[in-house]
Amino acid sequence: MSSVDLTEKESELYQAREPIHPKSIKGRFRTFKTSMLVLAYAVFFLLPWVRWERAVGPGQAVMFDIPSRRYYLFDLVIHPQDMFLLAGFLILAAWLLFFVTGLVGRAFCGYFCFQTLWTDVFMKIEYWVQGDRNKRMKLEKQGWDAEKIWKKGLTIFLWTLVAFWTGFTFTAYWADAPQLFVAFFTGTANSAAYITTGILTATTLVAAGFAREQVCIYMCPYARFQAVMFDKESLLVSYDVNRGEGSTGRKPLQKGLMTLEERHAAGTGDCIDCKLCVQVCPTGIDIRDGLQLACISCGLCIDACNEIMHKRGWPEGLIRYASEKELETGTKPSLFKFRTIGYGIATLLATGLLLYGIFNMKPVDFAVEQIRQPLFVVMSDGTVQNSYQLKINNKQQVPLELDLELKGLKNADVSIGGNFTTLSIPADGTRNYLLHVRAPREAGVSRQIIHFELKDKSGKLPVIQQQASFNFR
Amino acid sequence: MSQSPENKKGQVETTGHVWDGDLREYNNPLPRWWLWGFYGTIIFAIVYWILYPAWPYAGTYTKGISTVSFQSPVIGPDGKPVKGADGQPKMETKTEHWNSRALFYQEMQTSPSALAQQEWLAKVKDMSFEQIAANPDTLNFARAMGHGLFGDYCAACHGTGGQGHLSKNPEGSYPNLADNAWIHGDSYEKIVSEITNGIQGNMPAFGALYKGEKLTDLAQYVLSLSHQPGVNEEAANRGKASFATCAGCHGANGQGNQAIGAPNLTDQAWAFVDVPGAKNYDDKLKLVEGVIEHGLQHQMPKFGDRLSPEQIRLLAVYVRQLGGT
Repeated sequence: MSSVDLTEKESELYQAREPIHPKSIKGRFRTFKTSMLVLAYAVFFLLPWVRWERAVGPGQAVMFDIPSRRYYLFDLVIHPQDMFLLAGFLILAAWLLFFVTGLVGRAFCGYFCFQTLWTDVFMKIEYWVQGDRNKRMKLEKQGWDAEKIWKKGLTIFLWTLVAFWTGFTFTAYWADAPQLFVAFFTGTANSAAYITTGILTATTLVAAGFAREQVCIYMCPYARFQAVMFDKESLLVSYDVNRGEGSTGRKPLQKGLMTLEERHAAGTGDCIDCKLCVQVCPTGIDIRDGLQLACISCGLCIDACNEIMHKRGWPEGLIRYASEKELETGTKPSLFKFRTIGYGIATLLATGLLLYGIFNMKPVDFAVEQIRQPLFVVMSDGTVQNSYQLKINNKQQVPLELDLELKGLKNADVSIGGNFTTLSIPADGTRNYLLHVRAPREAGVSRQIIHFELKDKSGKLPVIQQQASFNFR
Repeated sequence: MSQSPENKKGQVETTGHVWDGDLREYNNPLPRWWLWGFYGTIIFAIVYWILYPAWPYAGTYTKGISTVSFQSPVIGPDGKPVKGADGQPKMETKTEHWNSRALFYQEMQTSPSALAQQEWLAKVKDMSFEQIAANPDTLNFARAMGHGLFGDYCAACHGTGGQGHLSKNPEGSYPNLADNAWIHGDSYEKIVSEITNGIQGNMPAFGALYKGEKLTDLAQYVLSLSHQPGVNEEAANRGKASFATCAGCHGANGQGNQAIGAPNLTDQAWAFVDVPGAKNYDDKLKLVEGVIEHGLQHQMPKFGDRLSPEQIRLLAVYVRQLGGT
């Protein structure tokens, strides 16, 4: 048997996640993040409970009603055939993201992304229960005693509550919220409600409580492609290397290196290597290593560094929003460059088109379909009959009474199946009518173009016309 | 991620293996939760095997513990469905291991669309035909339901749109339901009884009675009733006397008799004889002569044992709407 060198370190194929315990910090960016968080939470959690008066449809301001195929957004009702608006909205959102990313980097990730928002809240809960960074790290090292079990347990319990309410709120967008609330807790809600809430509770708990920065680093596609949209003039959260490192590198505060003058004389940079910027980072990176994939550009390291600089009475901005070009040459970046102007125009254009689309949605859809089996029938008196299927979709919130008129056919006799004289379409509803048109044969004519006209009895809508053809033989 | 001492900038962990003195292998380990995800798929597969049919063995396969229940008609010892007290087939709950055929039955009985259809069926159950036709929504339901049934049971002969078929051989023709000529009448009750009980149409052969010129004269007269261009008026007048034999069923003026299903000969709609499709007048004459000489037999099968009374009612509304009246 050959001897095996047992001293060689066996390499690990898989890497365990190292827990990150960010220190809490105060500052401009923290305040901005918190206000965004409060705003987003207020909108997300309260919106399903806002009531709204409607002639037809649910009394909920925002509701995505899948069974009846309607999206209700206040006074806007989106029908399936208006779904292109959703495509327009997504295009607008994409361009806006490109525009902002070209200008100020991953602003979406740092301040608006729900992964960031929920992680922030979960960290806050951790902070309340377990204390700040040092206490949390101590607790992590501690054995599983009563204190650790109680504190970790309470944290996970509170996380689960937030995650559950998140899942339930999401579900409440797809059903009447108060009714769902009662049904949900009396066990009579649709199974889809329980499944949706359950899945979202689980994913929220895992993503915001345990996976956190792993989501940003390994799962999120935006993280990968946003980084390639930077250029040398994009404003990014950066460490001013020249100022921080000086000519001989960063050094902690020590005797003879206490003031800026002393440090500059010694060639030492302004960075005192306090590592506060690393400690506050929610993804656990060191911003001083330069631009990196894991940076979600939340600005907390700027807050941390500014706090230290402020305490020392040194100028702020050792870590700040700066472009690569600015750090290299000291020139301020120009915000009006080809990329931002292009994306800006595209964003404005998409917004304009979307608004135009919303305000010019057709109030009524009218379709005429000629029945082709058979195309024509000879009646007992020798006249020819063609039949048509009319489909009228009233997207308004009021019922519609319509008069039907046929243009372009001589001696035609029009009858609506069921012997109706007018077409009545309920508010926000659809009706089909079968139409028989009879006309005497004309010598030498085999097909003629005809027009159906719908006239609103109340006179509010313009005349709606549809073309069809009449086959004599 | 970069908090670990090994991950300091500029350093990459190696596996520790060295070849040829300086060849090293980088180690970029996967995150461990990735591995857990892989274990998760294994657990998923095991749960799947337990719940659903999965493994083939010995000419059969594991069935899984998941089941599907649906209502199935009770089959009697004679191999036919047993009927309950109300005349409807008796149903029992059947439970099978998970399979898509049983799921299909279940869906046809309990899916939201199936329940919505049952709701509409209950709504029109106690309505009269006139009431169904007078409401745009119930009329639409009857037409939609009727269209499906018509496609399944009627379209093979009468065409998908009820346009029928006219053949050179009158016995290969099927009446057009999309025109306004009703051989048996257009009352809903009549249509229902025809679908339920079927139709036996029989015109006797008169070849023994009318031969040669007499037969031609009678055919000329029949064609003159609907004012076909090319009629020899003289011959038609001669044939008028023979028409007395026909008048018993087709009426004195050839206007037909819906009670016994004798078609109207004076209109432009032809149910069996392909007069509209004939190349010339002589061909029309030959076709009509043929029918008089050989008679005409027609059967429509009964559907009362295949369709429920409610289905037949809706089918009647649909058929009557096809061509109007």
